[in-house]
Amino acid sequence: MSKLINWFSEGRSSGKYTLPFVILLLAVTVLASAANLLLPQDSALYVSTYSITLLGKYLCYAMLALAVDIIWGYCGILSLGHGAFFALGGYAMGMYLMRQIGDRGVYGHPILPDFMVFLDWQELPWFWHGMDQFWFAMIMAVLVPGLLAFVFGWLAFRSRVTGVYLSIMTQALTYALLLAFFRNEMGFGGNNGLTDFKEILGFDLQADSTRVSLFIITAVLLAVVLMLSQRILSSRLGKVTLAVRDAEARTRFIGYRTERYKVWLFVYSAVIAGVAGALYVPQVGIINPGEFSPINSIEVVIWVAVGGRGTLIGAIIGALLVNYAKTRFTAIMPDGWLFALGALFVLVTLFLPKGLIGLYGQLKSKRQPASSQEVTS
Amino acid sequence: MSAFDNSIQGLRETFRRDQVWPFLAPEQAAKVDVSNQMILYVEGLNLSFDGFKALNNLNLYVNDGELRCLIGANGAGKTTLMDVITGKSKPDAGSVYFGQTHNLLTKDEADIAQLGIGRKFQKPTVFEEQTVFDNLELSLKTDKRVLPTLFANLSPSEIDRIDEVLTIIGLKQQRFMKAGALSHGQKQWLEIGMLLVSDPRLLLIDEPVAGMTAQETERTAELLTSLAGERTVIVVEHDMEFVRSIARTVTVLHQGSVLAEGTMDQIQSNKDVIEVYLGEEAAEA
Repeated sequence: MSKLINWFSEGRSSGKYTLPFVILLLAVTVLASAANLLLPQDSALYVSTYSITLLGKYLCYAMLALAVDIIWGYCGILSLGHGAFFALGGYAMGMYLMRQIGDRGVYGHPILPDFMVFLDWQELPWFWHGMDQFWFAMIMAVLVPGLLAFVFGWLAFRSRVTGVYLSIMTQALTYALLLAFFRNEMGFGGNNGLTDFKEILGFDLQADSTRVSLFIITAVLLAVVLMLSQRILSSRLGKVTLAVRDAEARTRFIGYRTERYKVWLFVYSAVIAGVAGALYVPQVGIINPGEFSPINSIEVVIWVAVGGRGTLIGAIIGALLVNYAKTRFTAIMPDGWLFALGALFVLVTLFLPKGLIGLYGQLKSKRQPASSQEVTS
Repeated sequence: MSAFDNSIQGLRETFRRDQVWPFLAPEQAAKVDVSNQMILYVEGLNLSFDGFKALNNLNLYVNDGELRCLIGANGAGKTTLMDVITGKSKPDAGSVYFGQTHNLLTKDEADIAQLGIGRKFQKPTVFEEQTVFDNLELSLKTDKRVLPTLFANLSPSEIDRIDEVLTIIGLKQQRFMKAGALSHGQKQWLEIGMLLVSDPRLLLIDEPVAGMTAQETERTAELLTSLAGERTVIVVEHDMEFVRSIARTVTVLHQGSVLAEGTMDQIQSNKDVIEVYLGEEAAEA
């Protein structure tokens, strides 16, 4: 009896679509990859390398949206600065790729990247050491966003800063980093950022096979992160997270140190954003301070809102759809995109407070009113 | 040589095999020392908000296992007192001890809750987006640190405990309903259930019967009286009928300090009380 109850209370978590979604995601990935590598270019089903890279980019955005959704949709912390963690992860990967160029840069310096030679620097700054090792760079891609999130979260949540004040602070955080990374003296390439990458782990970044591999790795990691997050959020920790979102004071009075939960969830979310950034950079071939722009972080929030906050799959779908629309829209009418995005946000907020996933739920319950009654009673 | 010997000796002392370092030792379950039959000592409490004295040299002693009612007009300091006891507000002066050893003023809300002080708010606050069952699961008396919570599994005895409480609060049928879908009275009950399931020593209950029907009020009165004895219950309530039906000892607060204390009859015949509190009602009647 008690086991049955236990099972029921677990079965009620919203994760039942996760596995089908992951299978769909991986199936599409494999099909698209196969269509790119195996089919001849003139085949009707051929997927161009450009499309593969575009899809890979979308998946990175989806992972970023997932990170924002975990913290916003589940814990009620509206972070308008997650672009910062994404960009930091990206910079870590960018530094590694820079070091991989070696003496093939324009100035042909064996160690210093081009922009340092241009700035007439004599030696590598201390924080560039070790970044020629892939494993070290990857640790940094996770550690730096995580550490920043920990320090920021610890200070903010311990002081019980919540709501709109916290959102403004996250905006300030990403804006401050934007300004800092614009400076040449910081040693991250100033406003040009890091680019002109040649290869990753010895594989040519321009090759189709590398592009496809990066795409597949992104898809697999997205699936892993999705399943891991689903598992975490359906544990008791997930329940505490929802409790913090809905009634933080109550959660404290039943004995949970809510600020610690918030800090660790924030760190987890920042690490995911960092990983997404690290996957993003080799696929788009550039990282510059523009990624820190506050607008970017706000866009991520819109993706999540469109897809449906509080549902991990919703965040992913939102990111994919909005970015696809962006690609299409900017091709037709480049100046109109921001207006369209704003209109989209207003419409979603007014008419789809639960996003597309919520709309799906509404349609479903309309079609089968009788059976849904049974479920709720 | 002797310096070397000393350092060796020091090292041996540090790594003694028969002891563990204090920070590694498992924390002792917090014992509440009630050897004087007294569970709560509130002494000389002062708290002012922008010059308004919410608490004014307040003294209150509560016996272990007692059911105590706090009454008083709006602004008498009832809720503020609860805020101080549960760690939400810090007083300007005074002391609050739980048992003889636990100084509550040095602890935060989570610590105080884990010591076994449960609180029900004036406005029912439950986790509306989660099921009744989940609400109770979250309130269980468990290790509430982050990692243990991540890997927590409900043990059969915990599920039995939740079932037991569901029966007490009469929400067995609604166990998988979202708490937000419950009626106002049911939410009040769920919140009381959340306190019960955490197995507290001291319950602070703010206006438990606000918005309840007469029948629900009666059941609540029964529940609260049955709790007293093994637990200590402090109830804040405006409904005088309700107070009369449950209270053995009543404390009247007025302008942040205790005006009178005694049985309901004593209180009602107390001159001061009639003047400042019951007087208006008596005049109306």
